Amino acid sequence: MKAVAESRAGAVRPEPRRGGPLRIVWAVVSRFWLVPVVVAAWEAAARAAASIDFPPPSAIVLRMRELWLSGPPTRLFLSDDAIADLLPGLGRMFAGWLLASLVGVVAGIALGRAATAAHYVEPLIHFARAVPPPMLITLFVLLFRSSTQTQLAVIVFGVIWPVLLNSMDGARSVERGYLDTAAVFGLGRRERLLRIVLPAAAPKIFAGLRLSLSLALILMVISELVGSTDGIGYELLQAQRGFDSPGVWATILLLGLLGYVLNAVFVLVERRVLSWHVRGTRTT
Amino acid sequence: MLKVVNLAHAYGDQQVLAGIDLSVGDGELVSVVGPSGCGKSTLLRSIAGLIKPSHGQVLINGVPVEQTPDDLAVVFQDYSRSLFPWLSAAGNVALPLRRKGMSRRARREAALAALDQVGLAGSADKYPFEMSGGMQQRVAIARALAYRPALLLMDEPFASVDAQTREDLEDLVLAVRANHNMSILLITHDIDESVYVGDRVVVLTRSPATVTESLTVDLPSPRDQIATRELEAFVRLRSEIGRLVRGRPDLVGEQ
Amino acid sequence: MTGARLVRGAVGVAGFLAVAELAVRSGYLDERLLPPPTVVVREAVLLVADPEFTSGLVGTVSRWLTGLALAIAIAVPAGVLLGTVAWAERATRPLLEFLRPIPSVALIPLAILLIPDDFLMKISVIVYASLWPILINTMYGLREVDPLAKDSLRSFGFGRLAVLCRVSLPSTAPFIVTGVRLSAGIALILAISAELLAGGAEGLGVFVIRAGSGNRTDLVIAAALWAGTAGVLSNTALVAAERRLFRWHHVRSGAVT
Repeated sequence: MKAVAESRAGAVRPEPRRGGPLRIVWAVVSRFWLVPVVVAAWEAAARAAASIDFPPPSAIVLRMRELWLSGPPTRLFLSDDAIADLLPGLGRMFAGWLLASLVGVVAGIALGRAATAAHYVEPLIHFARAVPPPMLITLFVLLFRSSTQTQLAVIVFGVIWPVLLNSMDGARSVERGYLDTAAVFGLGRRERLLRIVLPAAAPKIFAGLRLSLSLALILMVISELVGSTDGIGYELLQAQRGFDSPGVWATILLLGLLGYVLNAVFVLVERRVLSWHVRGTRTT
Repeated sequence: MLKVVNLAHAYGDQQVLAGIDLSVGDGELVSVVGPSGCGKSTLLRSIAGLIKPSHGQVLINGVPVEQTPDDLAVVFQDYSRSLFPWLSAAGNVALPLRRKGMSRRARREAALAALDQVGLAGSADKYPFEMSGGMQQRVAIARALAYRPALLLMDEPFASVDAQTREDLEDLVLAVRANHNMSILLITHDIDESVYVGDRVVVLTRSPATVTESLTVDLPSPRDQIATRELEAFVRLRSEIGRLVRGRPDLVGEQ
Repeated sequence: MTGARLVRGAVGVAGFLAVAELAVRSGYLDERLLPPPTVVVREAVLLVADPEFTSGLVGTVSRWLTGLALAIAIAVPAGVLLGTVAWAERATRPLLEFLRPIPSVALIPLAILLIPDDFLMKISVIVYASLWPILINTMYGLREVDPLAKDSLRSFGFGRLAVLCRVSLPSTAPFIVTGVRLSAGIALILAISAELLAGGAEGLGVFVIRAGSGNRTDLVIAAALWAGTAGVLSNTALVAAERRLFRWHHVRSGAVT
């Protein structure tokens, strides 16, 4: 098992590591030199402009620390605000995303394997996913009253379509040879679905899940901006209304970090789960 | 063992098989040779129960085939479409054993034993993308062996590998056949191959296919890639089959 | 699409509407909250004659398309630059990797602070959000160009520019169109979100807020139907363009949306 893991890792990284510390320094410099340049230029420009709405990065970082990292070390310095702002929104986002993913994958695979049934619902699906989710926020607000339900509804409605369509596509385009083989060796319906169709469709399902995760973050923010009393989006709105522009910038930066981490974690999981596919025809 | 009676099949109004009769005895290895596009694969798919033929019957041990029979395994031509890329070699071999009610451990052991037989003892945990084409086809053969079918169907099993590997795999099939009491139906477009591995060669005409001839291969065992092919009997059989298909230019210079 | 498939699709839509109608009429769903489809469809038709709605639709769609056009004008050349000049791509990669995951709607409050002009504010957030899919797809497409095709042209003595125009760009075009299709969806979300947050004189978002404050869910759903229609039309047009222009190309893009 270990040998396999090693040989696979070796296959992914074909270049042998060579060169000493100088080479590593050069690699870092050639890759990251622009970042300090841009930050320095931004700092200088912001100080020169001296506008309240355009604070220098140093002020933004200070504000971030003040807002979210002023807590006790036992809580990794997270402040009460950090926990109060981040947790509810993230909780809703994950709940919505997981719910949509579950329904999307199950329904998508079912429809992908049942071509005739899919014909009946495809026009509805294609129309529904073309409706921009923000159009429905007001509707959900009126329907649900509770803001948590409203936000969940916005997120679920918005992110289910990429998962559903990709799962359908994946289940529909399972290599015929795989199914023939399964039939010849007498695999039952359940096994065929779980052990053949699901893994065969997995690369497409993951592409859909990834798309829907970044969409979920967007919808979390917009739903909190429009109708919520907590969450990062709500704090962002408060900062804007209070003309706390370092706070606005800081929140955006935080959301950027969040998006980056979410995507990185997702890619990590995807690589692990789809290790057999990474070497194949990955496109996204 | 296997009996095919007056089997005919058409896709729409295109007739591919026009009344095929053939049989495979217990422990016999029958090669079916014919020009490509003559419906060999349709024949195999009908026997495997993957398609329902328009006419005729397939009997295994006297029982008509309705769905895919229990006692049957298939090695397909295109290993890349029949090995599951998300499973290791052992995983691929063990998967069909689930329905035999074997424990996880027993499945794994059976898989390792089968892989050992095809010369892949050290590669059980490799994934298909880490193996050469020849190795992948060996895994497919191991999967069929571990399943312990009474009848093994092979659909152009060596057509997607290079010449050297092909010879190795032909010998592998002969070797496992000597060890297991298994009836094998091997479909090929290669005349030499059909003679080399077969106890009997069934020659098909081009589409819509019928059986023109069934020739017994009277060559000594064990066969040898060099010596057997030099034998006068081998050359004579090869010529005879070649003559049977002469006048059918689609067989000449094929692939 | 075969006839049988069309019929089935129509049956599906009709069935959905009938079930929804029954659910509302029978009192299973609250009629004041969720109007029956017949009412919604009637309202949707009536909206065509409502100047407040039509000016809103025209306003939103024109901002959407303007933003998308600007995004194409910026992202395609930028993508070509980053896709062909290796050191530029390396240097900007960390910046792009950080900027890309920022959820674009979060920029709307900032844009409201920074850009006093309503039209400019809305356009800039639309442009920002739609840049990414086009940029990424252009860069990706350039990376996928068959090196053999480039080499063979170069061996005939063509220069870098000629190779770019004759080989790289044409074979990247399908990827760019895919990027535009992805961007179009996001741009519409942003166009409407900006209106929800910043208000304005007209727009689909503005219309929906007004309808919502009057508890007119029938009008909200009717407007959503029109927004969906706009989305379907743009998507269909771009898919058709992809199929027509690039029949030679089998893009095995990872995602469908």
